[in-house]
Amino acid sequence: MSPNVKPKLNKKQVDINYLLKEAPREQHFITGAQAMSEAVKRASVDMAIAYPITPQSEVMHLVGNVYAEGHIKEYYRAEEELGTMSAIAGASRAGVRLFTATSGPGLLRGLEAIVSWPGHRVPAVLGVLTRVINAPLSIQPDNLEMAYIMHSGMVLLHAENQQDTFDFTLAAFAIAEKVDVYIPVAVATEGFFVTHAKGYVDMMSEDLTLTEFDPVAAPVPAMDNETPPARIQRDAPVQKSNFMSYLIHSVWQQEIWDSNRRAMKYIYEYLGGPIEVQNPEADVFVVASGCAAAQAREAHRYAQEEGLSVGLIKVRAIRPFPTQEIRDATANAKALIIPEHNIIGWLCKEVQAAIPNGGIVVEGPRVYGGMTLPVELIMKEIYDSLGVENNLKL
Amino acid sequence: MAEKKRYNMRISGLGGQGVVTTAHILGSCMDNAGKYASLVPFFGSEKRMAPVEAYVRASTDPIYEVGEVVYPDIILIYHAQVVTHGKSYTMPFYTGLKPDSLVIINTSTDVLEEEDLIVLKDLNAKVIQFDATALAMKIAGTELATNMAMMGMLLGLTKLVTEDDIEKAVRERFLGNSFVASGGTAALDSAIEKKFKKKEDLLAKNMEVINSTFEMADSVDMTTDDLVIQFKV
Repeated sequence: MSPNVKPKLNKKQVDINYLLKEAPREQHFITGAQAMSEAVKRASVDMAIAYPITPQSEVMHLVGNVYAEGHIKEYYRAEEELGTMSAIAGASRAGVRLFTATSGPGLLRGLEAIVSWPGHRVPAVLGVLTRVINAPLSIQPDNLEMAYIMHSGMVLLHAENQQDTFDFTLAAFAIAEKVDVYIPVAVATEGFFVTHAKGYVDMMSEDLTLTEFDPVAAPVPAMDNETPPARIQRDAPVQKSNFMSYLIHSVWQQEIWDSNRRAMKYIYEYLGGPIEVQNPEADVFVVASGCAAAQAREAHRYAQEEGLSVGLIKVRAIRPFPTQEIRDATANAKALIIPEHNIIGWLCKEVQAAIPNGGIVVEGPRVYGGMTLPVELIMKEIYDSLGVENNLKL
Repeated sequence: MAEKKRYNMRISGLGGQGVVTTAHILGSCMDNAGKYASLVPFFGSEKRMAPVEAYVRASTDPIYEVGEVVYPDIILIYHAQVVTHGKSYTMPFYTGLKPDSLVIINTSTDVLEEEDLIVLKDLNAKVIQFDATALAMKIAGTELATNMAMMGMLLGLTKLVTEDDIEKAVRERFLGNSFVASGGTAALDSAIEKKFKKKEDLLAKNMEVINSTFEMADSVDMTTDDLVIQFKV
């Protein structure tokens, strides 16, 4: 008997709405890496492929355990990230549900293949466990890499904590495979702060699993490998005239970005919407995504205790970007403070572009290189915006 | 320092002094008390006498924020060399200290320089200096109980949890097998166990150290204007 024979599991398949919203849950105290792998365990994943890099390696190690337990049909370690991401695209043509994850430099190494996924209509789920990409080298959770995904056509969700990581990853499979979406979904969260730290996560029984991928119902048919369609290569747009190439590319990519926008209704359905707003009547808002939203939530609490007119806007979806939602939520705001874990301030630029009065945006505080984002730095911007005396002595 | 709902702490010490272990036990104490804590161990290189820092957030409410504590309300210094030799990731030792805060230093002598006093006075800090290692030797017969003395002083001054909550947490740490901070720490634990023959003895000695620091803490008047309070052990 082969040592690789996996146990046969008798799991109950349920639809995403039941799984996410109705199935009874129990609280667990687990790391973000565990939360992501527990989501994968309940998602009827056919195949996982990855190449290890810190801090993603924790997730894909655990996914390996999930495979060994029989929850995933196939799993292998690819040669490196370009190979990993290309293999995901290839496996997708066979009509299966796919999961991979990477971090920082690994993401950039695989980026050539990753940015081709939306155009190739690959409905895979990509975990992005953020890590510094620029020199000097560091393994800490700077999230600059997310800026490179923002313009790829993928749906991009940003998890605040371990619970978000679990829920977003499960929802990502359902969103990616919708007939009117059918593009990949990336679920990003900060390395170490979330992946290696424990938090409370409410999870449904692992005997439940998402309804299996149905390649017949998929809008892009699986490839028949008995009679491979050789004309796909022979009729590539690049081999037509320039004008045909432009035309095919433009209508194709317009459709990708329309698909991206159509994902928004499912973000409402499964995740309660692309933004969370606390204290909507406030004068000053802290607008943040991912781990910075946890720091912002703490600052918001301190501000409430001090009776300051401060609200919180947590941005769950970076793509599709909630332009109208943010415009509406900040219509009467006097200042927006945008804390971020990167030097360029990609969220800040998105928000400034989304609202008619970009001058109210306070550009920061930002920390780089994956360092901690102290709540006190957010408090300082809050005090300054409201013109309140403070005794912070930073 | 007035009582707060929330304390952000930085523990600075040297490898082998039980800095990370203290963070874990403090977390369990808060959990036992039905309150909240989050811990961030910053090991550095895991070797004896190398700088080690751990960070603990303790609160009556759930804690959202993550990462190292950059601006602490409480600083625990486990070894005088953290101050005198700069054996720390944060130099000088009070870097980031918030106004109206608390510093507890394990030392046999007054380690504060004139310029330290100027800054700490400006921050309206309170500094407790006592020889936790000597106290650990005197009561438990081992300097490995230094962390218990430091933790006892902290909890005695802040009244974050009851002695029962502490005893339960210390019992979990030394009698339960629920977690291993590191391979080195586990080896150290078994060395302590051998020395004490019986684990119950170890627990009792640790609790004696903690009780003794609780009594010392009770004698501290936190409302005085005195910047430095020095205990003789």
